[in-house]
Amino acid sequence: MSETLVSVEDMKVHFPIKRGVFLDRTVGYVYAVDGVDLEIKRGETYGLVGESGCGKSTLGRAMLRLNEPTNGRMVFDGTDVSSLKGEELRRMRRRMQMVFQDPLSSLDPRQSVESILVEGLRAHDLDKSKEQTGKRLRELLSAVGLPSTALRKYPHEFSGGQRQRIGIARALALEPDLIVADEPVSALDVSVQAQVVNLLQELQDQFGLTFLVIAHDLAVVKHISDRVGVMYLGGLVEEATADDLYAEPLHPYTRALLSAIPVPDPQVEDRRERILLAGDLPSPANPPSGCRFHTRCPWRQASKCDTDRPVLREIKPGHKVACHWAEDIEAGVIKPHEVAPILIEETDTMSPDVPLVGPASVTEALNP
Amino acid sequence: MTLGVTKKEKIDALAENVGVSLAASAWKRLRRSPVFLIGATIIGIFVVLSLLSPWLAPHDPADPMLIKQVVKARNEIPPPQPGHPLGGDLQGRDFLSRMLVGSQQTLIVGVGATLIGLTGGLILGTLAGAIGGWVDSVVMRFVDVMLSLPALLLAFSIAAMFAHPSQFSVILAISIVQIPVFARLLRGSMLAQRASDHVLAATALGVKRGSIVFRHMLPNSLGPVIVQSTLVLATAIIEAAALSFLGLGNPDDRIPEWGQMLGDVQKVFDTHPHLAAYPAICIIIVALGFTLMGETLREALDPKNRR
Amino acid sequence: MALLEVRDLTVVFERKGEEPFTAVDGVNFDVEPGQTVGLVGESGCGKSVTSLAIMGLLPKRGARITGSVVYDGTELLKLSDRQMRDRRGRDLGMVFQDPLSSLNPVIPIGLQVTEVLERHRGMPRKEAMVEAKDLLDKVGIPDPNRRLSEYPHQLSGGMRQRALIAIALACRPKLLIADEPTTALDVTIQAQILSLMKELVQDLGTALVMITHDLGVVAGLCDEVNVLYGGKVVEKAMRHELFAKPRHPYTHGLLASIPRLDAPRGEKLTPIKGSVADNIPWEQGCAFAPRCPNALEVCTSVTPAEEDQLGRLLRCHNPVVPGTPAAEEVPV
Repeated sequence: MSETLVSVEDMKVHFPIKRGVFLDRTVGYVYAVDGVDLEIKRGETYGLVGESGCGKSTLGRAMLRLNEPTNGRMVFDGTDVSSLKGEELRRMRRRMQMVFQDPLSSLDPRQSVESILVEGLRAHDLDKSKEQTGKRLRELLSAVGLPSTALRKYPHEFSGGQRQRIGIARALALEPDLIVADEPVSALDVSVQAQVVNLLQELQDQFGLTFLVIAHDLAVVKHISDRVGVMYLGGLVEEATADDLYAEPLHPYTRALLSAIPVPDPQVEDRRERILLAGDLPSPANPPSGCRFHTRCPWRQASKCDTDRPVLREIKPGHKVACHWAEDIEAGVIKPHEVAPILIEETDTMSPDVPLVGPASVTEALNP
Repeated sequence: MTLGVTKKEKIDALAENVGVSLAASAWKRLRRSPVFLIGATIIGIFVVLSLLSPWLAPHDPADPMLIKQVVKARNEIPPPQPGHPLGGDLQGRDFLSRMLVGSQQTLIVGVGATLIGLTGGLILGTLAGAIGGWVDSVVMRFVDVMLSLPALLLAFSIAAMFAHPSQFSVILAISIVQIPVFARLLRGSMLAQRASDHVLAATALGVKRGSIVFRHMLPNSLGPVIVQSTLVLATAIIEAAALSFLGLGNPDDRIPEWGQMLGDVQKVFDTHPHLAAYPAICIIIVALGFTLMGETLREALDPKNRR
Repeated sequence: MALLEVRDLTVVFERKGEEPFTAVDGVNFDVEPGQTVGLVGESGCGKSVTSLAIMGLLPKRGARITGSVVYDGTELLKLSDRQMRDRRGRDLGMVFQDPLSSLNPVIPIGLQVTEVLERHRGMPRKEAMVEAKDLLDKVGIPDPNRRLSEYPHQLSGGMRQRALIAIALACRPKLLIADEPTTALDVTIQAQILSLMKELVQDLGTALVMITHDLGVVAGLCDEVNVLYGGKVVEKAMRHELFAKPRHPYTHGLLASIPRLDAPRGEKLTPIKGSVADNIPWEQGCAFAPRCPNALEVCTSVTPAEEDQLGRLLRCHNPVVPGTPAAEEVPV
């Protein structure tokens, strides 16, 4: 259980912000992921939480080499995935699969379920005989709780929860070691989310899978994960076992995040004290100096916070935090104070999905 | 919102135990659209007439059988008469036969120009959209240059480059003008596909690049291109007429074509307007037919309308 | 007398060549002055259509609205478009899920606030400008003077939602309808907006109809909660009652299927089986019956009536007995 399957070292993903008509000029970078180290052990579920724009999805994709990392390594079961190229990388993909947030858009609308599931097998020469493949497909469908009649249907004929099951079956088809699930339930209805959460857990027990679950919903992440990492503006700010993290959050951001989540219980809600963060998330194209969180931190101190970037350090067994003052805050030596919100200019930073697309024409480039 | 319908379809699908593909559900919607049916009927009649025209035409369209009734000096042409319901043209040939046979040439010009334009556009658009980077930049700047010239002017220039204008030069001139339109359209939807989740999913599966382009990106990008081609069919016919009208069309008038017929009679338009009106009306009706089909096809293929 | 009385509100969408679809099916609820009422349910339960029907924002063609919506003694469904326009913004404020598409992208924020003030309160431009600045300040937008001249795209999502709330509250409406106001926002921003709304509602004495899919939001905010399923209110109770003792199997199942932050780990969730696509029409019984662990034979033959049970309204033949654990169901 304690064997490391994945280790990420100083991963950085910076997206260039480009301007220009003929020659693209780089005018800045979006620091989507800015120096993340983490390890995932074989058979565990690692939960990555954070708000939109914190870089959690980019990190997940960079680990699978769906985004090119700017810097850093990702070692998967002894192989440095970040140095693989071409065919070697393609072969490696069999062992690392992904489940997407939007089950409809991640399935090709023109493919039947059968063709969706066979595609991966074919890409890795695993569909040896028709009989064997057919058997495998039925196994997959039953593993995710779909009838075998689903094979000949198309994605748009299913409900959201069923589509997500198809997406999971596709990931399972190649018998991967690692599955990165990017917001696997957030597009689903509340009553259906639990079905998919349970399914993921069952599959993990059944196939000994290792999961990286990326989500903004801390309750879901807590429920499903063994260990949890909290991201803020491109960096990990805290990492601990799920129970420790929720029982005693050490980073001010984690505290605020936990206190912000509504609990469906009026008695709890009435008693709770909220730590309301001032203002908005700063732009990842122009992150604050020092600790990224210092502009909104109710525990901010006069020294260090705005100059030195805190490193992730282990202050209790298995509990890491990136805060200069974590011990003092926990001991109650430092008290929270009021924070005046600062203005966050909405910059025209491109989202990580966009940089692929250049201007279609000169006129488009001139009038963005 | 449309629970009732999805449910019914679901039951149907369960009963048949076969999925309904996107194309099938689009077709189902098209069949119920009266506008599409009108367009399809017009085009159907046009295609059938043009295919059967050699047999339907009562006379040889090149035979100046009524030449005796043509009086050049008094600007007289053969009037409608038994056996020749539309009369004759300036050379005394049976006008009805020329209209019928002309539909065939018009169809050839329209379909030919569209197919060549589509092929060129598909190649350029796929290159730009699938490879990206500098290939994309070069292709798209080239397309920009072509698009910055007025389409008809470009078609004239290309047609004028041929020493001996022919049916082929007309088709080529029109098709080259259409290439950038197709290329740009395809590139746009290819790029959208490239950033889409299902292409990312295929990459994550380890599907080969070529497979991703030809099995996922291209088929999913074709919808708008197919719609565009029905609209281009209409403009190609009109542009062919324009080229002929300006004397850049096929000079050999033994095999008639509507645009060419329109061009031939420009000098006698004031005295014999019907010689221009018949081909012009036919061109408008056929162009309308293609446009109606294209527009309804666009609606049917739009995933937002999917039910 | 209640500020808003919704009686037997029914919205049927009709499209040519299709079966009519009943999105809202005889919904009843009251909102007392200053009260916060929640409408909770999943997508397709009719909660948003209910709010649009109350605001008169449904298209005239294609949507057949019956029943009655009485606001402060006036029947809203009988008003003309023009009369309704005067009411909206002045008496009834509304906040939508997506603040970017609800704001006009080409008009500065300030002008969008003053527009309302000028139109409904007849303020001169200069006075309205001062008032607008106060409003932005009140909803917690930093540096309001500068923000007045900015355009919606220059604000972050949370700030846009604050601006929208400022516009909705500009005329001190007695009733504010908020349709998933925090769904598009991050949790820390959601917490900001919810606490802002709570504060404003208390300070101004505005009644609030909160429409959301998030039971957590309702638990902290609403006095009374209506749970909608398939276009009908299936359970209605005061929030403490509802969350402590959910009686309708749907409410009960929903609460059992949500992972809770304060629950010990390792407990398995109890999902509700199937999806809304499995619903049967209400005329044939209870729409929830095919997914219900408590379903009896009568549930698929007789439509359950709305029954008053000690201040709680319930539409169920076989309600959950408080204290029983959620039925263990194998997900299908």
